[in-house]
Amino acid sequence: MADTTGTVQPETADIGEDGVRRRDFINIAAIAAAGTGGVVTLLPLISQMAPSADVLAASTTEVDISKIEPGQAIKALFRRQPLFVRNLTPKEIAEADAVPMSELRDPQTLEERTKPGKTNWLITMGVCTHLGCTPLGAGPGEDRGPYGGYFCPCHGSAYDTAARIRKGPAPTNLEVPEYEFTSDTVVKVG
Amino acid sequence: MIRIFGILAGLFFSLSVLWAFISGAIAVAPVLGEYGQFTEPMADKVFHEKHPPALHLQSDGPFGTWDLAQLQRGFQVYKEVCAACHSLKFVAFRDLEELGYDKGQVKTIAAGFQVPGVDPNTGEATTRPGMPTDYFPSPYPNETAAKAANNNAVPPDLSLMAKARHGGPAYIHAILTGYGPEPEALKQQFPDFKVPSTGHYNKYFPSLAIAMPPPLTAEGQVSYAEGQPKPTIEQMSTDVSAFLEWTAEPKKVKRTQTGWPVLGFLLFATILAYLAKKQVWAALKPKKKHTA
Amino acid sequence: MSFPWAKQYEPKHPLMRFLDEKLPMPRLVYNAIGSGYPVPRNLNYMWNFGVLAGFCLMLQIVTGVVLAMHYAANTQVAFGTTEHIMRDVNWGWMMRYMHANGASAFFVVVYLHIFRGFYYSSYKAPREMVWLLGVVIFLLMMATAFMGYVLPWGQMSFWGAKVITGLFGALPVVGEPIQIWLLGGYAPDNAALNRFFSLHFLLPFVIAAVVILHIWALHIPGSSNPTGVEVKSESDTIPFHPYYTAKDGFGLGVFLILYFAMVFFLPNYLGHPDNYIEANPISTPAHIVPEWYFWPFYAILRAFTADIFFGLIPAKLMGVLAMFSAILCWFFLPWLDKGPVRSGHYRPLFRKFFWFGLIPTMLVLFYCGGAPAEEPYVMLSQLATAYYFLHFLVILPIISSIEKPEPLPYSITEAVLGKDEAAQLGDSADTAK
Repeated sequence: MADTTGTVQPETADIGEDGVRRRDFINIAAIAAAGTGGVVTLLPLISQMAPSADVLAASTTEVDISKIEPGQAIKALFRRQPLFVRNLTPKEIAEADAVPMSELRDPQTLEERTKPGKTNWLITMGVCTHLGCTPLGAGPGEDRGPYGGYFCPCHGSAYDTAARIRKGPAPTNLEVPEYEFTSDTVVKVG
Repeated sequence: MIRIFGILAGLFFSLSVLWAFISGAIAVAPVLGEYGQFTEPMADKVFHEKHPPALHLQSDGPFGTWDLAQLQRGFQVYKEVCAACHSLKFVAFRDLEELGYDKGQVKTIAAGFQVPGVDPNTGEATTRPGMPTDYFPSPYPNETAAKAANNNAVPPDLSLMAKARHGGPAYIHAILTGYGPEPEALKQQFPDFKVPSTGHYNKYFPSLAIAMPPPLTAEGQVSYAEGQPKPTIEQMSTDVSAFLEWTAEPKKVKRTQTGWPVLGFLLFATILAYLAKKQVWAALKPKKKHTA
Repeated sequence: MSFPWAKQYEPKHPLMRFLDEKLPMPRLVYNAIGSGYPVPRNLNYMWNFGVLAGFCLMLQIVTGVVLAMHYAANTQVAFGTTEHIMRDVNWGWMMRYMHANGASAFFVVVYLHIFRGFYYSSYKAPREMVWLLGVVIFLLMMATAFMGYVLPWGQMSFWGAKVITGLFGALPVVGEPIQIWLLGGYAPDNAALNRFFSLHFLLPFVIAAVVILHIWALHIPGSSNPTGVEVKSESDTIPFHPYYTAKDGFGLGVFLILYFAMVFFLPNYLGHPDNYIEANPISTPAHIVPEWYFWPFYAILRAFTADIFFGLIPAKLMGVLAMFSAILCWFFLPWLDKGPVRSGHYRPLFRKFFWFGLIPTMLVLFYCGGAPAEEPYVMLSQLATAYYFLHFLVILPIISSIEKPEPLPYSITEAVLGKDEAAQLGDSADTAK
């Protein structure tokens, strides 16, 4: 008798013929609602860490290429990442064209990686496709690696004169961003 | 022991503050008389209109939405009038897409503003046409320049103006329409009151003399596009106030629109929680039939 | 400790048994807020605010950690990063409004929790330690809230920082060096902003630690209850889970509705427009007021307008002393109010002073603290301040010795079920030996 008022065991107390099912239903529904609310609350908490609107807003960078001599390269900053702009010499173009596609890990021709009529302008991101270091070869006096293009000092990825991966752990060629020539001397990237 | 100390401390604090009360009362009584005799109330205490007239915007209230056409008109007023002196530094051109402009229009608008830049050849500071990612530039290169150009009164940034003043957009609207000559009653009651030469009489401004000259002075000062309301001073003031309400909190409508489903869900969940609570506690109710 | 009839944790699943052997965390929870914690069966809704305060602390920590991911504590950019959160960060506006209004919600809940304690004399033996730790939490909360309000680096942030650190400047001799040391300069600047951010991040975790001690101390005697009669037998208690988890769940729902109504529809109602103006060290806003939860103490600070003992204690120092003493005197409550009866229900004299003295006084102090420092507010707050100190330090000690309490129920069970029911359970004055 005492258990009706004193130490009630919720599972056993007050079992009516149809009471159990209805009570269970309401309790389960309440707990489910609380759980749903909790899970939905997680969404903004997760999404706040994704890039904010100002980061997503695609900016463009204009690069003046008039002062880049053949054989030279410059580094610019595009959306907070390094950008390589390289003026290839005819020899470098020839070297790139001479490579058979079958030898490439990520087969692409130099023509596919440059704009028509402007094959000498090799514009790529300066972000190694292995783990994101900035390869050497664009700055003055930097080691261009065994294939004469770029060389990543972190884990030894070597790129050729079309910035294609030739040796080392990087899986793909250096990325070519969207860009256009607004004049003969200015490139607008992005 | 603690109680004795407590009572002593309590009496100390209470008597001290009562002493302040009494000496205040002694001091205030004659001073009040003196105020009455010698100190005139200030003109701004009497003639300042503390409460701006109500301004009804479509974005008001828990069901408000943006009136995009009005925001575009308000932006036009800002661009053609306010921007001459006031910056809008927390708003980026890209944000204007929310007003219903497409990417191309935003690009054009941005390019119409000169933003600070660096000459790529010399490295010297210069300006370049704006890009959508840029923020609205300040009309002055720095605060000193702003001061120098405006008799030492720096025109405040307008991004948050609608949240930084009591009354919000209604206050902005009131200031824009509150200019006028000093009322006769004021001249009679306070013959010594004088708006300084660099100020302008405005009954909604706390000191009655605002440094900003009336910005909107003539109907048609901004020419609105075909099909838009007539650009009266009243209309332009309302539109720019609506625009500044948006710049102060671009997420306002999203906020209220998020609020309703959240509250609806919580109401539902709370009713369930109440029922569950009742179910759980029902087990405790003494059962006469059991005990009888 | 717990009552001998408290249910024991008996893990059924092998995994839980393994866990219970190696790290009895589930057992801890079971005994703290689960079925293993017997609670008086007669707690009313005023007993919901402890759990709600704990919820608010977690809410503030979660939203605060999120905001700290986007905020930068540097005077050059602090205001700008706050706006960046409001405009560009995904759901940033919601996080910031939740955090700002969460501080207010936290204080609402904690004030109700404290005044529940006043009315039911929850501070009395054997729960003195629970009360002392609670006052410590309140002081930490005030420090944390103050430093948090400085972070957006608006006008109110700046001038609040200046005025509050100026309080320490009132102390004789050491005052000014202390103020300069606190700020790391002669006025609030980068040094102050940075240390406030650091401490604002740290203190909530200190609060969380003291909250654990607070709950620990509570579990030794167990919860108090509206009759103030101690638990006598098993029929006086029910397990925390599911009874009070269900009740707290409902309370949490009501709280969340009110809280989110503020967040989504009136997020700036409790704020001040001046804090949307960037800090400007050469222009003080016309009205500087602290956030509403500081108003009673701000009113006490401003009530002392005259020097005491012919100038021996200047008014400025007196105000600061009084403001701190107004909270510090709570520490002594368990020893100032010595009467054997706890609940205000059975203390006729105490009850009158509570409802017609303390509560109106607090309302006046709240109102005057937010009003400008003009008459009649100064005089009103002076009278209220006088009563405030009299109430805690003079009236309570006296009435606790002279008051004749009303007859108490024999037990909680009797109070809830009536004599007949209780007698059947063998838990009533009639059946007691």
